[in-house]
Amino acid sequence: MATTLTINGQAHTVQADPDTPLLWVLRDELMMTGTKYGCGIAQCGACTVHLDGTAVRSCQTPIGVVGASKITTIEGLGGDHPLQTAWVQHDVPQCGYCQSGQIMSAAALLASKPHPTDDDIDTAMTGNICRCGTYQRIRAAIKTAAGATA
Amino acid sequence: MNAIFKRLIKAEEPLDVSRRGLLVGAVVSGGALLVGCAPTPKDLAGPLSFGAEKPLASAFGAFIRIAPDGWVTVLNKHQEMGQGNHAGLAAIVCEELDADWDKVKVEFAPANAKLYANTLLGLQLTGGSTAINNSWDQLRIAGAAAKSMLLQAAAKRWNVGAGELTARNGIVTHAASGRTAGYGDLVADAGQIPPPQAPTLKDPKTFTLIGTDRVRRKDSVGKSNGTARYTQDVHLPDMLTAMVAHPKKFGATVAGFDDSQARKVPGVVDVIKIPTGVAVIAQTTYAARKGREALVVSWNEDKAEKRSSDQILADYKVLAAGKGDPNVKLQTFQTAGDPSGAFNGALFETTYDFPYLAHASMEAMNCVAQVKGLHTQLTYGSQGQTLDQINVATTVGTLPGMVDIETLPAGGSFGRRSTLKSEYVVECAHIAKHVGGKPLKLVWTREDDMTGGVYRPMVHHALAIKLGADGYPAAWRHRIVTQSIMAGSPLGGGFDTSTAEGVQGSPYLAATPVVDAGAYSPVFPVPIGWWRSVGATHTAFVMEHTIDQLARQAGKDPVDYRRALYAKAKADAHLAVLNLAMEKAGNAPLPAGWARGVAVHQCFGTTVAQVAEVTLKDGVPHVGRVVCAVDCGVAIAPDQIAAQMEGGVCYGLSAALYGAITLKDGEVQETNFDRYRVLRMNEAPTVETYIVPSGAHPTGIGEPGTPPIAPAVANALLVLTGKPTTSLPFVKA
Repeated sequence: MATTLTINGQAHTVQADPDTPLLWVLRDELMMTGTKYGCGIAQCGACTVHLDGTAVRSCQTPIGVVGASKITTIEGLGGDHPLQTAWVQHDVPQCGYCQSGQIMSAAALLASKPHPTDDDIDTAMTGNICRCGTYQRIRAAIKTAAGATA
Repeated sequence: MNAIFKRLIKAEEPLDVSRRGLLVGAVVSGGALLVGCAPTPKDLAGPLSFGAEKPLASAFGAFIRIAPDGWVTVLNKHQEMGQGNHAGLAAIVCEELDADWDKVKVEFAPANAKLYANTLLGLQLTGGSTAINNSWDQLRIAGAAAKSMLLQAAAKRWNVGAGELTARNGIVTHAASGRTAGYGDLVADAGQIPPPQAPTLKDPKTFTLIGTDRVRRKDSVGKSNGTARYTQDVHLPDMLTAMVAHPKKFGATVAGFDDSQARKVPGVVDVIKIPTGVAVIAQTTYAARKGREALVVSWNEDKAEKRSSDQILADYKVLAAGKGDPNVKLQTFQTAGDPSGAFNGALFETTYDFPYLAHASMEAMNCVAQVKGLHTQLTYGSQGQTLDQINVATTVGTLPGMVDIETLPAGGSFGRRSTLKSEYVVECAHIAKHVGGKPLKLVWTREDDMTGGVYRPMVHHALAIKLGADGYPAAWRHRIVTQSIMAGSPLGGGFDTSTAEGVQGSPYLAATPVVDAGAYSPVFPVPIGWWRSVGATHTAFVMEHTIDQLARQAGKDPVDYRRALYAKAKADAHLAVLNLAMEKAGNAPLPAGWARGVAVHQCFGTTVAQVAEVTLKDGVPHVGRVVCAVDCGVAIAPDQIAAQMEGGVCYGLSAALYGAITLKDGEVQETNFDRYRVLRMNEAPTVETYIVPSGAHPTGIGEPGTPPIAPAVANALLVLTGKPTTSLPFVKA
């Protein structure tokens, strides 16, 4: 059936069952592949997108529940978001596969807490796994971005 | 195929530098200049050159392409799976070429063993932390040769001597006349210059880029804005996606299946039996998944592994005691002195147990294949192009030279994507054969990836050590029981040193007068493979944790105890990193409940010491700070060396704290990150990295940061609790 989604400010109408996870609609129907498949059970955070500004796991978000909520993906951050600049400045990525999800979780954090403490960062970011172990640089980049937006 | 493997085995003999003659050749086409250095094993590419000779992926061949706009492209023959080799490789070329670092980019080389074999391994394969090590000479010569040709082209154009010219940041300057020309402007002319056979390399003292913090990753932008393209992101016209139902027990085969419901799932195109299971082919990933859920398969488990982990370990212990299956022979890998009588009297005896480990890279296994007649195109994060070409050629009925590979960055790998049998690539090719020439993407789910192998093997160590009157080891008996990664493979034969590396060659054994060390390697169907640092994943723990216990028994400080043994074994690199790490860690008192633990290990030519500050939080080890000291020869990309220490520590700590793949009646119990727990942000230590200055040939950095952290933590726990750790992970499920 046809579902209309608002993604990065644009309306997209897709043909998919309402139980289809948003992740697979983004990746396979709309070819927006910046959002990654990592685990499929909301354990790793690689598929993180924003739903009305809140970080959610798109692998566990059926398109039928999205309704009129505004979806933001990594493509919607624009490339010059302070976090993305900080990520490059710190050379955060290694394999890079989890970083879209990391940045989306961090972006939701900074939107609600512009100057997060280490505990705030732990709370917001602990749902995102990085197997390369870039956590130290993620933390540093979040702090840099927080400073840049001050 | 056997003949092919035999030829490859021959070529696989390690080459020493003096044998590694370098052939420099240049070709001109399309205004670009490419200088290449080919490895010498003459028949290396023999099996792969069957079929049509292909033009090189770039107009000019091997490693360097210079475009008319001045951009320099470095072709990377290795996989970039996060370890940052492309930054170092680009820096080597840029340094010798005197190019503009901001106009240097890196691309993956095509699959071509003739041009792109890892000459340390004899195959185009990324492993053993060899990327920088194996490209150092090759890329320096290529860069220097290209620079020489550009200078000569400018000299000819201006009718001056080449010696009057200088090159810097991609520009040739004639100081006397003030004339300048960019590399892009000179490239067509430079291509007409015969390449120098032995270009002059820079004196390392004059390096301006190598070893500086200017050497940064070239892929951070694409990996921070979602545009980096991984296998999972490949979408091609008419592409189909497949998932495979695999058996739950290793070694089981398809007995029968009912696909009637699966075929009713919208988007499902076909269901076919393949050697590894039953494949559901669909229009989309989600349809393939739904189709597979609707599939009913029955399995023949006659030849399957049905033991539980506990039973396999019990069998290992019997083998270690010399009372196991007589067909599994003891393979002695190191001896010294006369063991008779050397083990009489009181001994320090201990055992260690290590579970199976999954690599659990963030991107689960996947591959895209298109089979059209005799030609096959593969698009994926290959970590072993040559073996993949051979294995896929066998599968689809063609020649390895007819299998092309577009290598993409892997979303992690840690060794997982490099296997002797290329099993997930072959699985993809089996399915692609059936879809009429369309591109076919094979997707493994996280569950497929975690339950489907290939694992770090389960390992058991048993040690009996006699201390001399001076408190140092006088006799050391060591038994290792584990599956061999190489056994039974076409590349196997002889003792598989990866089962013992780290015990074999240890400075502690070198300092011990009597040594009796051997391994048992039973063969059974649980699939195992190379896991970041391979043998050192367990041997470093065994050796480094044992040394701390021996020091305690001898009443000596564990750091001084190591220093004495390193002096005896002339292990200068070990001593240097230990001293540097101790100096940087400092000896300031830690808060109550905290302790420091130290470990030192050398693997793949790189030596690393780590000092970990550890406490217990609710009974679980928590690591606050880790100080690393590294000797990896010439440090080309210091920031990436630090990144690999940070990552290596997290990867090793993750496994040490929680990592365990367990079998129950042959079936893997951990299916996803909920039960296979990995390190998260709130558990990640702060890692500091210090590099021992060195002018030696560079060695690898991708793996050596992983082994020391687990024993460093165990040694800190020994201080805190007085109890040794005899099995990993620290936290039992």
